[in-house]
Amino acid sequence: MNYSKKHMILAGVMFTLLVLAVGCGKKKPPPPPPPPPKPVTATLSANPTSIQAGQSSTLTWSTENADDVTLDGQKVNASGTQAVSPTQTTTYHLVAKGASGTQEGTAQVTVTQPPPPPPPPTPTPTPQVSDDQLFAQAAQDIYFDFDKSDLRPEAHQTLAQIAQAMKAHPNWKVQIEGNTDERGSTEYNLALGERRADAARQELLRNGVSGDALKTISYGKEKPVCTESNENCWQKNRRDHFTLLH
Amino acid sequence: MIKTRTALALFLFVALFSLSQLAAQDWIRTGTNRGAPIRVAVPDFKQSTADPANQPMLTTFNDTLWNDLDNAGIFEMVAKSFYPAGSFGAPADLKLDAWGNPPPNAAMVAFGNLGASGGKLEVQGWLYDVKNPTSPQVLGKQYREDATVDNARVIAHRFANEIITRLGGVPGATESKIYFISNRTGNKEVWSMDYDGGSQKQVTKLGGIALSPRISPDNSRLAFSGLRDSWQIMMYSFDVDRLVSFPRHPGGNYSPAWSSDGTKIAFSSSMGTGASEIYIADASGAGARRLTNGRTDVSPVFNPRTNGQIAFVSGRTGLPQIYIMDADGSNVQRITDQGYAVSPSWSPNGLLLAFAWVRNYGPGVLGGADIYIMDIASKQIVQLTHDGGRNDFPSWSPDGRHIVFQSNRSGTEQIWSVLADGTHLQQLTRTGRNSQPNWSYR
Repeated sequence: MNYSKKHMILAGVMFTLLVLAVGCGKKKPPPPPPPPPKPVTATLSANPTSIQAGQSSTLTWSTENADDVTLDGQKVNASGTQAVSPTQTTTYHLVAKGASGTQEGTAQVTVTQPPPPPPPPTPTPTPQVSDDQLFAQAAQDIYFDFDKSDLRPEAHQTLAQIAQAMKAHPNWKVQIEGNTDERGSTEYNLALGERRADAARQELLRNGVSGDALKTISYGKEKPVCTESNENCWQKNRRDHFTLLH
Repeated sequence: MIKTRTALALFLFVALFSLSQLAAQDWIRTGTNRGAPIRVAVPDFKQSTADPANQPMLTTFNDTLWNDLDNAGIFEMVAKSFYPAGSFGAPADLKLDAWGNPPPNAAMVAFGNLGASGGKLEVQGWLYDVKNPTSPQVLGKQYREDATVDNARVIAHRFANEIITRLGGVPGATESKIYFISNRTGNKEVWSMDYDGGSQKQVTKLGGIALSPRISPDNSRLAFSGLRDSWQIMMYSFDVDRLVSFPRHPGGNYSPAWSSDGTKIAFSSSMGTGASEIYIADASGAGARRLTNGRTDVSPVFNPRTNGQIAFVSGRTGLPQIYIMDADGSNVQRITDQGYAVSPSWSPNGLLLAFAWVRNYGPGVLGGADIYIMDIASKQIVQLTHDGGRNDFPSWSPDGRHIVFQSNRSGTEQIWSVLADGTHLQQLTRTGRNSQPNWSYR
């Protein structure tokens, strides 16, 4: 395991060097005269526009001449697709901002309740097994002291590994999930989990990961991995968990 | 224990004094000392028809009316064993002397009759001041609804509230609702119940996790924090019985709070800084702006008397403490000085804060939290719960006489209510796990 991990890391470093070398070799052309700002466009569509709860729909969007594109507040590429599976009817908002102004597009996904007998679960193919395994290897949970969001020394190491793996896979998007133990108030624990997720996010940013590749969420004490009332169990729950988003 | 109760009663009497002062003109003088409980007798209502459907409705009505008056906090219920023999369905059945003299020695008698006919339930109820023989009638009420056990309960709550309003000076809590989170369907959803635990009903069908329900002051909408792909403030409308749109924000959005005039919503969000801060917005959710910068700020609650101040929880100095600020974010002051203090609830008269507190937090162990009440002006603190377990999320009743809270003292998290003087503790829920109670404004 260590052997193959080292190989991966080595490959990542080589790749980074190669990119840098190619980048350095390029000569920058003289700056062209500034073109007049072109109109910003934004379109967003959902296919299908009506799903049953549990199914998913694909959002497809494209924009022109925008420097800042967000989908429901999350920064996204100028054009792209994203699978969504809302449990209730949801309207998605695309906002494109450019030199000449802001354009918006919306698409609604109508959710109907599934028929009474749920269809038998179909085995889903897992095309990204190797990515998942690779990710799971690097992105182990990090743990916190009671009521604290300070990163422990071993958390710094884990986050450096995650950063390295993410830089080697620029298509990865990672959700950082902050969790707390069962003690104290539900609401305060959500805020504490938020702070723990943000602590890991800040460290990944310091390690060169792009903010666009990171999403944070707090589960507070809502999703414990261990349910006994003792310190051993509480420690297991005071954690950031990392999930590779598909 | 008795000492504590006495201290609590004294303290609350002083704190609630301005509330009762406002209503002093409505107070019925009974010859007893002001503040001393009024002795009320409530003989069982009499059947007025021979309909076989009467019995379950009659039982529910009698139990509900008795419990409502017993729980009101302003009456001393005269035990039924002291009552004169007979049944008392109409004023002509009542001999005032027999009630006003010992053994009953009652000041007031509530009585009447109930009967179904043609699918309708008809109830007549009276309240008599038995020490005022020249004009004893204080109340005479008549109710007519479809003949169901639920309606028998509703009518009892209404009649009880008339009595409490008349004798106590302010409307009671008997017609109010409590909103809470229950996992009894397998998911955490918002549920509602009567103030005494009756008529428990599911409100949301989110299928994810719903937390922190907060009913609007006019009872038309319910704000809560719901998890689908992220935590968002969600809004349920009782006018259309479904979720209605509310602005989404990046990050996690938690613990909404209404101003008592229904025009503003405060909540906690990480949309701006990546950490949780208190925001204030219009009731529509528009115009959200940040008020705090504490990096772990949650659980805002408006001073319902003025809406000019917000109490909230912050972990800015370590363990969470309660803070108060002006509603524009200025004049932040910390009001608890030790331990682990969370979940503030502001009393309707604006003078008291109830909150959950592990007062003496020791390293490594966070034991049971208890509910405390602070008089904000004097910073005096009184402990309300002493009976073990973790107690959290206090919420004041609209009349300021009761507090509902969650506790695991029975082994699982359940909802309990207690009079603000520490008496009349009762368990309101028993199915599944139930938490985060929120008492309606009326």
